Amino acid sequence: MLDKTQGGRKVRAAIVGSGNIGTDLMYKLSKKPDFEVVLLAGIDPASEGLARAREMGIATSTDGAEAVFEDGNIDVVFEATSAYVHRVNAPRYEEAGIFAIDLTPAKVGAPIVPTVNLAQHDDVMNVNLLSCAAQATVPIVHAVTSVVPVSYAEIVATVASKSIGPGTRDNIEEFTHTTSTALADVGGAAKGKSLIIVNPAEPSILMRNTIYCVTGPDVDIEAIRKSVEQRVADVQKDVPGYRIVLEPFIRDDHVMIGVEVEGAGDFLPTYAGNLDIINAAAVAVAQRRLVGVKA
Amino acid sequence: MTDITFVDVTLRDGNHTYKHQFTSEIVSKTAAALDAAGVDIIEVGHGDGLGGSTVHIGRSPEPAINLIKAACDSVTQARIAVLLLPGFGIFRDLEECKDVGVSVARVASHSTEADTTKQHIRKAADLGMMTVGYLISAGMADAKTLADEARKLESYGASYVNLAESQGHLVPTEVAERVRAVRNAVSIPIGFHPHNNLGLANGNILAAIDEGATYIDGSLKGFGGGAGNAQTEATIAALKRAGHNVKTDLPGILDAAQVFADLVAPQPMPVIDNDSIMMGYANVYGGYVLPVKRAAEKYGIDARALIMKLGERSVVAGQEDAVEQEAQALAAAQSKAVA
Repeated sequence: MLDKTQGGRKVRAAIVGSGNIGTDLMYKLSKKPDFEVVLLAGIDPASEGLARAREMGIATSTDGAEAVFEDGNIDVVFEATSAYVHRVNAPRYEEAGIFAIDLTPAKVGAPIVPTVNLAQHDDVMNVNLLSCAAQATVPIVHAVTSVVPVSYAEIVATVASKSIGPGTRDNIEEFTHTTSTALADVGGAAKGKSLIIVNPAEPSILMRNTIYCVTGPDVDIEAIRKSVEQRVADVQKDVPGYRIVLEPFIRDDHVMIGVEVEGAGDFLPTYAGNLDIINAAAVAVAQRRLVGVKA
Repeated sequence: MTDITFVDVTLRDGNHTYKHQFTSEIVSKTAAALDAAGVDIIEVGHGDGLGGSTVHIGRSPEPAINLIKAACDSVTQARIAVLLLPGFGIFRDLEECKDVGVSVARVASHSTEADTTKQHIRKAADLGMMTVGYLISAGMADAKTLADEARKLESYGASYVNLAESQGHLVPTEVAERVRAVRNAVSIPIGFHPHNNLGLANGNILAAIDEGATYIDGSLKGFGGGAGNAQTEATIAALKRAGHNVKTDLPGILDAAQVFADLVAPQPMPVIDNDSIMMGYANVYGGYVLPVKRAAEKYGIDARALIMKLGERSVVAGQEDAVEQEAQALAAAQSKAVA
């Protein structure tokens, strides 16, 4: 715990990356009384996100992470750029003693999915939130592995084309790799594989995730349903639009489950639940690590 | 009179027809026969390409790399190609393919999402492979959009852009319009990959060539998603009749078709059945024909209603879970109506 809120002070937060994720996070964080977003940094002067920040009276920069170091007094930096950029920035944040929450699939820091392992890694200065697909599916895989061993977990995340920006598109390799390994490393399956599908349909589709857990056909499906329902309720505390669309059922040698994520519509419309699920995780980690328990 | 490079996709797209159960033996004997017939490029792998062997799409009995190596070891002149959808396959898959002798990587995305291919086109090029930008479901995008997406593929370094009309939805005038728009947008060659849901695969190929396409995809006995692909042996005959230059020889390709048919017997050729026609008409991805049939039977629902639902949702390739979800929803609505 690096309590930054003693004496009524707010946590000074910088967001690097003014794309879909960074801009949505700016809105979400601005609603939290313990945080003050002091900077949204991008690289494109024409960025919609930077324009929105200026409207809100938040300082902006087109010089990427440089503005974070220039400020000199940032408590937490949220990196919503790309895996390549975070790999370059991570050692500099560490050197400057800034707690970093990485929303790219760079996997430099410790992987966290809040409903699974929020309380772990309380000592590290760099936390990785894997991918939106991992945040949406690892809780379900973990709910299943809590009941029965899973020899292989596979997930398919289908997202609206408009909800994934250039950063994600340039990182599709890291996105796939990071999500796949998280199903095993955090979700508890013996092996994992992730697929991502981008759908340009109009009107845009809600983020939808299908989870397949290979368990063998003889499983206590009622116990799995209960475990998944409980987990969905846990996730809903932070993301109310997270819900089951395909109840767990047994098909051949595996359990199949579907969840969709309706967003709060802070930046992009509600179809972009993929932004909400990863940004809710970012807020949860920041609150745990930086906000003191109020007496 | 156009010089055509012929790409046979039996051993990749045809795997959809065969429920992704091709073995090394089927691959090696078929690849040898295609090679002997003078086919220029032979594509091999799971129906959804590298990383496609999944619970979601269908699991293969052998690791894909075994099939790919079997093809590489069986040819003397043809180049071996693989398909990679970013989000399915990863860099390591490409590296393994390079090691066993693959020299062509076709990197694919839905027709409006070309910028998801940049990393993997560049990776394949770095490995020294010929790289192809492959736009799936080209009939779901208009001509201008395809032209814009083709420009992106060219900028990433693609050797040519392949338009895959995965639904068998377009008629020749619509194919011509799209190829023309792409022709005017890029200076790299254009390829065309039709499906036969409305019986138009070869007609669409000839229309594409008239507008400048020079790489043509087909598969033996038409094996491929939906009602299948252009039937390679018939396509070769048609190309020759139309006066185009193609290295593949007719007797050799007829022999290859027989070799392949014997290897996969008793699996019949894909046919233009009612479900396939509905999918072509409703512009629904051809790879869903078997999942649709399975779900319709399992849940006791009308396949046509399911296909129309999928069309309304504008599903793209890879949304096999949507088939299951819509089938369950239709079944629930049906039992409610009965009760």
